[in-house]
Amino acid sequence: MTEPSAPRRVFSRALLIEHTWPFVLDLGVGAVLLAAFYGVLLIGRYWASGAVAEVPISLSPAKLPAYAFYSCVRIFIAYLLSLVFAVGYGYLAAYNKRVEALLIATLDILQSIPVLSLLPGIMIALISLFPTRQLGIELGAIIVIFTSEVWNMAFSFYASLKSIPRELREACRINRFSPLQRAVQLDLPFAAIGLIWNSMISVANGWFVLMICEMFPLGSRHFRLPGLGSYLQTAANDGNSRATAYGLLSIVAIIVATDQLLWRPLIAWSDKFKFENVESADRSRSPILDLLRRSSFLARVGEHTLQPVSERVYASLARDERKRAGAMPDPDSGRRSYLTTAVLGTFLLLLAGAAIWKASLLLRGLPTAEYRQLLIGAGATFLRVIAALCLAALWTIPAGVAIGFSPGLSRIVQPVAQVAASFPSTALFPLILIALLRVGTGLGIDSVLLMVLTTQWYIFFNVIAGAMAIPSDLKEVSALFGFTRFQRWRTLILPGIFPYLITGLITASGGAWNASIVTEYMTLHGRDLRTVGLGADITQASNAGDFATLLMATIIMAIIVVTINRLLWRPLNRLAETKYRLD
Amino acid sequence: MADDAIIRAANIEKYYAQPSENRIQVIAPTSLSIVPGEIVALLGPSGSGKSTLLRMLAGLSEPSGGEVFWHGKPIRTQPINVSIVFQSFALFPWLTVFENIEAPLKARGMGPAERRERSFKILNTVGLDGFQSAYPKELSGGMRQRVGFARALVVEPEVLFMDEPFSALDVLTAENLRSELLELWEKKTIPTEAVFLVTHNIEEAVLLADRIIVLGRNPGHVRTDFKVQLAHPRDRKAGPFTQLVDYIYKVLTRPDVTPEVPRFEAGRQIRDQRQMRYEMLPHARPGGIAGLLEMLIDMSDANGRADIYRLADELAFEIDDLLPIVDAAQLLCFLRVEEGDVAITPEGRVFAESGILLQKQLFRKAAVEHVLLLRQITRALDSKSDHTVPEEFFLDMLDEQFSDEETQRQLDTAINWGRYAELFDFDGARRRFTLPEDEEVEEIREADAE
Repeated sequence: MTEPSAPRRVFSRALLIEHTWPFVLDLGVGAVLLAAFYGVLLIGRYWASGAVAEVPISLSPAKLPAYAFYSCVRIFIAYLLSLVFAVGYGYLAAYNKRVEALLIATLDILQSIPVLSLLPGIMIALISLFPTRQLGIELGAIIVIFTSEVWNMAFSFYASLKSIPRELREACRINRFSPLQRAVQLDLPFAAIGLIWNSMISVANGWFVLMICEMFPLGSRHFRLPGLGSYLQTAANDGNSRATAYGLLSIVAIIVATDQLLWRPLIAWSDKFKFENVESADRSRSPILDLLRRSSFLARVGEHTLQPVSERVYASLARDERKRAGAMPDPDSGRRSYLTTAVLGTFLLLLAGAAIWKASLLLRGLPTAEYRQLLIGAGATFLRVIAALCLAALWTIPAGVAIGFSPGLSRIVQPVAQVAASFPSTALFPLILIALLRVGTGLGIDSVLLMVLTTQWYIFFNVIAGAMAIPSDLKEVSALFGFTRFQRWRTLILPGIFPYLITGLITASGGAWNASIVTEYMTLHGRDLRTVGLGADITQASNAGDFATLLMATIIMAIIVVTINRLLWRPLNRLAETKYRLD
Repeated sequence: MADDAIIRAANIEKYYAQPSENRIQVIAPTSLSIVPGEIVALLGPSGSGKSTLLRMLAGLSEPSGGEVFWHGKPIRTQPINVSIVFQSFALFPWLTVFENIEAPLKARGMGPAERRERSFKILNTVGLDGFQSAYPKELSGGMRQRVGFARALVVEPEVLFMDEPFSALDVLTAENLRSELLELWEKKTIPTEAVFLVTHNIEEAVLLADRIIVLGRNPGHVRTDFKVQLAHPRDRKAGPFTQLVDYIYKVLTRPDVTPEVPRFEAGRQIRDQRQMRYEMLPHARPGGIAGLLEMLIDMSDANGRADIYRLADELAFEIDDLLPIVDAAQLLCFLRVEEGDVAITPEGRVFAESGILLQKQLFRKAAVEHVLLLRQITRALDSKSDHTVPEEFFLDMLDEQFSDEETQRQLDTAINWGRYAELFDFDGARRRFTLPEDEEVEEIREADAE
């Protein structure tokens, strides 16, 4: 680094190559940074412009890059917000015994509320906050996407923090790590892997919701934001199959690019955060990560900015720590923090009470017939969700096991399945619906198929992973004893993939309930199609601006989802973690 | 109490409050101090709260009652300089060896140059040079615990806490690390003033500690707390060592009673004969034993019993002179001592009434059966191809247990008995044990017969 070295005058070919690559790479990095700067300017100008509820969408492919950019920015900002929120919430819950149980229960319920029923409320609130700027509508969309991304990340981060081994925590405490150092050297690395995998799922959820929330009716008003979602909806409504194809291709390109440029490098990078004592044989690799690591420009930026800053921060933190430890502890501080909590808690309770009072006033006006309709709808949607899960399991289990048992095949198929799971099925809905309408099965059955389309991938790649995890000696035993096919499935395969299957089904079940809102009520060529179902009730109420029905339907759906989680998935998950653990 | 203690715990206890009125008492009120210059070992069965006690002393866990003082001031009110070596190593797997070691210095706000210098110094000390850029998962268990030690020592702690630091390692690695740690401590390579070690390994405690505290459970309390005054390096096979191990074992296995601590005076050690590996050979000659037994047959009552004091009186022997002979006869199971009376055994009667050749044979049989040292000498001679073993070999063995003077006397007695029993011969010029050659045996027999 700073050591003086003798000037080298060797102009060999090898040296030239050695130096060329990083330089080209640096140019690339510089170009990306420049593009990012331009993008920020663009977004800023657009957000600050006057509010236009219905931005006209041009179906020209030349406009696609701009639309794609706007959509990506929404997803990205929502994701950043989710990340910050998840880390904050996880920290708060994991380190504050007083509020932990409350926060986690809240998280459980928030997770069960269907995101799309929040759309009208959030939109109205934000538009009234920024009535004259496009920013209001944009923020509304971003917050809806945020709510679809944040919960599982928050939960993952919290669960990681809680599972940090006690002795590692004590190593931090005995060495008087500042909270910052503990976060950087223990908490964040420990939680990194879980957070990255959940980020992938979150961003996929984000795209799913984005397709809907870029273009929707609300009472008498229609909202439309420039983006891929609105482009695709407009193209489908116009019957413009060429534009539809362009739109879908762009989404595929974005999903694949995200996977290759973001997730793969992140996963490969997070390999070093694996909390294990032996070095695993198969490590994730990413050429992009290798390139970035080789970039001397990035290394130099880090050396000259991050390092000195962090040194200064650590030094000042240590000074504070010494001061804090030297001072006698304030005997009142405990009482004062208790008081703060009490005041804050009372305030929150009052707020919640007021909200419940308002809500009950709203719900009182709801006719009894409406309740009956909602309950019938809930039953119908419940049956649909079960049918969708069964159908999805029916093909994914045999296919997933077959693929998982063949190492060569699974290495190719599993990443593809993961990418497929990231693809927002909502982008395909109009297309598929047109095809299904031709068959004439009716939306009641069609919506089950659309749910399968939405949720199958979660089950699929989990089953593949489960089949891959079955130890080969167990497979050999079943071959040696000449198990019949039935016996093999009963004693080896199904128990072996059980924990993975349950994980997949839990994710899929949540996704299916959420999807019911989109699949049971659709607008195609200006025509409304609907079937009996709770999701349809929610969409209809939301479109009509009927908040009483919307609220009631949402509450019913949340209650059903919470109940299913408690009564079905939690016991099954416990069974998976105890009886069917393979280690 | 003079406060030269670094850490002093005054009546600290730990309990967990239950919703109902009763509470779960983990540790009963306990007072103890950690003073400079000591390695303290804390032993106890599982569930006696060893780790909890360590964490309270280290300031990691707040006692439910009582207080811990650091140089006389409550431990919570000041920055303290302690480290812990953990059983699970507790290294950050995503940091390199160097970064792991450097982390505590970073927390103390030390600049990069100084951090680097101190880290490399400690890397050197614990034998990790060259491994600084490795990740912990690339290292073996022993090397990983070295990193654990380095991270704990790099801050130059006043008190080094160790929570079963060797129990996750294999036997050889553990032994190696233990002796290296002891060397650092003995030679004052590390500025650490006191070491507090939690362990469940009795031998480890006796090997390392200057002071041993044994905890009992339900709730955790101090059973015994004593100093170990054996010089380093300690020999696991030495008498006082095994005796202490036995003692602690007894304390741990019998929660109802606390046996007396074996006493070691400074310099000379007093030992409990029954717990020694070699029984002390009484300095009696075989002829004396035979004579005593013959006298006993004449003097004993119908039951074959006689009073030792009357016997001594009859023989005009001082009791101190008689006792070694009685002890020797007892050792060979020729007589029994019962409450001041001696009684001849059937073997003893046969021995006393036999001729010399048979006597030698009976003596040989009894000696090999009951005297470990004689058995070892014959075995050593048998196993050597040239059937000769130097005296030093056995002196070294006995040395661990007896004083120099006593060692020589023991060996002299053994030579005497062995020669009599024709078990072996001893070449006084060359100071070597040899097996008797056949002609020699004949000569001895003839000589004896005369």
